[in-house]
Amino acid sequence: MTRALGIIAGTALILLYATMLLLIMPAIQLRTGENPPAALQPYTEVQAKGREHYIALGCVYCHSQQPRDPGLAPDMSRGWGRPSVPGDYSYDNPHLMGTMRTGPDLFNIGVRQPSVDWHMTHLYAPRSVSPGSNMPAYPFLFEVTDYVPEGAIEVQLPPEYQVRGGSVIARPAAVELVEYLLGLDRTYPADELPQAEETETEDSSTTSLLDSGLLGVQQ
Amino acid sequence: MVWGLANDQWGDGEEASKVIFAEGELGRGEDPAQTGVQRKDLESDVRSGKLVIDEEELAERRLLDRTGRRPVLWWLTSSIVWLLLGSLFGVVASLKLHLPDWLIQDAVLTFGRIRPAHLNVVAYGWASMAGVGVGIWLVPRLFKAPLVGGQFATVGAILWNIGMFIGTVAVLAGFSAGLEWLEFPWQADVFLVLGGALAAVPLLMTVVRRRVHHLYVSAWYLIGALVWFPMLLITAKLPLFIGTEQAIMNWWFAHNVLGLWMTPLGLAAAYYFIAKITGSAIYSYTLSLIGFWALALFYSQVGVHHLIGGPVPTWLTTLSIVTSVMMVIPVVAVAINHHMTVLPKWRMVLTSPTLRFVVAGAMMYTFASIQGSIEALRSVNAVTHFTHYTVAHAHMGVYGFFSFVLFGSIYFILPRLVTWEWPHIWAIELHFWLVFLGFGIYFWPLSIGGWLQGTAMLDAARPFMDSVLLTMPYLKARSAGGILMTLGHVVFASHFILVLLRMGPVSELPPKLMQGFGKGRNSEVKA
Repeated sequence: MTRALGIIAGTALILLYATMLLLIMPAIQLRTGENPPAALQPYTEVQAKGREHYIALGCVYCHSQQPRDPGLAPDMSRGWGRPSVPGDYSYDNPHLMGTMRTGPDLFNIGVRQPSVDWHMTHLYAPRSVSPGSNMPAYPFLFEVTDYVPEGAIEVQLPPEYQVRGGSVIARPAAVELVEYLLGLDRTYPADELPQAEETETEDSSTTSLLDSGLLGVQQ
Repeated sequence: MVWGLANDQWGDGEEASKVIFAEGELGRGEDPAQTGVQRKDLESDVRSGKLVIDEEELAERRLLDRTGRRPVLWWLTSSIVWLLLGSLFGVVASLKLHLPDWLIQDAVLTFGRIRPAHLNVVAYGWASMAGVGVGIWLVPRLFKAPLVGGQFATVGAILWNIGMFIGTVAVLAGFSAGLEWLEFPWQADVFLVLGGALAAVPLLMTVVRRRVHHLYVSAWYLIGALVWFPMLLITAKLPLFIGTEQAIMNWWFAHNVLGLWMTPLGLAAAYYFIAKITGSAIYSYTLSLIGFWALALFYSQVGVHHLIGGPVPTWLTTLSIVTSVMMVIPVVAVAINHHMTVLPKWRMVLTSPTLRFVVAGAMMYTFASIQGSIEALRSVNAVTHFTHYTVAHAHMGVYGFFSFVLFGSIYFILPRLVTWEWPHIWAIELHFWLVFLGFGIYFWPLSIGGWLQGTAMLDAARPFMDSVLLTMPYLKARSAGGILMTLGHVVFASHFILVLLRMGPVSELPPKLMQGFGKGRNSEVKA
């Protein structure tokens, strides 16, 4: 090699080519932002705030939001929901698909665990409701008070976790975060996939999906 | 394209692999971080006979080595500060995984902030800054010309540090942009792009004034890295994508930071130091050419293997899996070149600290890359995805390969910049064994624990909590390993500061570094 310009041009062109292939082509094919599923609601104002707390507290580093196909992993039988499809993420910016499952997938946590009280207790003292969990506690989302104002959410705690001489109430951030979690529900049928019941037991339907090739969705 | 670009350059062949040596120097090793006794050992290892070295050229090179003094010291010293901070974040995050009720009173200290702070500080603070520093120092060596425009790189280092500071504070304060590897808000990344662009200026200004005909393989990797990184970061930060497309962009970017930024910087250093310290031309120049273009072509497309099983088109993950496996080609090309060059001189690994670090790093590059290709296979990925196994693998690449190569490079470079020898050989040995053993204790348990975690998650009959509980002993081992690595970094940083301040005892034989200057050891070189 003798020409620096050749290297500069060559390296830039190769990356441009890879960018076309990896970013532009999928974007043309998917256009997820333009066709949200009718059953998927945009985040409410409170949920959007809760989502910001989810991002700021780094929940994504332990919780994924992308249930996999039954052919690949038993995510459905764990109750995490059907395999996600591109349209499910139409309102997600930034996306929160995640890459770790130190904790379980949360894409449908609102359906699996619809209790506000459970979430509050779990955020304040994770091991009181989920023994063995290594989730950090989030005491700074709550405050200890001797007077519970009207409309405040008091955290229900087993005796050994109770604070002597006071009640634990949720701060607005906790309320918003839980509101976001409860809103996580993508159980509506996905038009690009067969109904959940069909794929759960039969491997053959999974295979036929794989065969559908180019326009199919990742198994 | 590869073929075409390669073909019109084919004839250059082996000549180009010798441009890094002075006239008659081929066959003579070079390493300033050794004791005199070690160096005697080493010289008996190196082929002797008919060595008529151009001493004038060597003397000139000693001056060239110092032409990048200010910018290189800026980048390297900053990188070591970030290394210490990043290690601290890493240990805290690791401990938190098995001590979840430790340091929970403030949001700043929660796991979800310390962990991204760790990643960004070590990736962009330590690894990137040290990589750029080493790269700038290599420029006069590769082109046999004084570094021109070094002041741009100095300003670049200052801007980069400002960006790092803004970004780290933002992540800790809860202003993360939310995407992994891209947590820094765009306001911080503007500084990184500008800083990186300024660091490329002396490379370009010196390359046009070069006094060698051929560009050595390290130069291609440096040029590639400095072309790719701004393209990647700017594209990733443009608000073009949301939802699924954004996830694809996210992993296109994140894996390219490893593949098209850290890897070429690391390989540039490894290709130079392995050849230079052993005093041998690299095994096959043609292979290095194939390795470079194949890396560019295949590595740039592997990112979506992070979304196997995710809501992305099948053809896209398949493309990434195929290119991940194709990565075997450049990896084997590089492996043959590195390992076959060292093999005839393997005993030098025992005596040369730089070579020991760089060769260990090169071996871990081969290992990490082959492991990565296997990990991208759908069946293996089903187990390892979403587990600590992937975390261990990532550290094999960024730490085992890249950081080891950087450690070795800095041991070579620093004495030549400040004309002061490393005072304590034992500290270099201690650093090596702390990080080498510490990393072993980090990597193997975490890989095993991650694999078991994955198999537990795939077994529908086992409750999810099994996959959490079974990882605990492995996570504790990882913390122990991480603490040892951090201690190694403290030893390294302290030693670095001693040399910077020109302190510490002097060793028994005159250092080779000063030969030809007539004055006693460790005296200031007069231009």
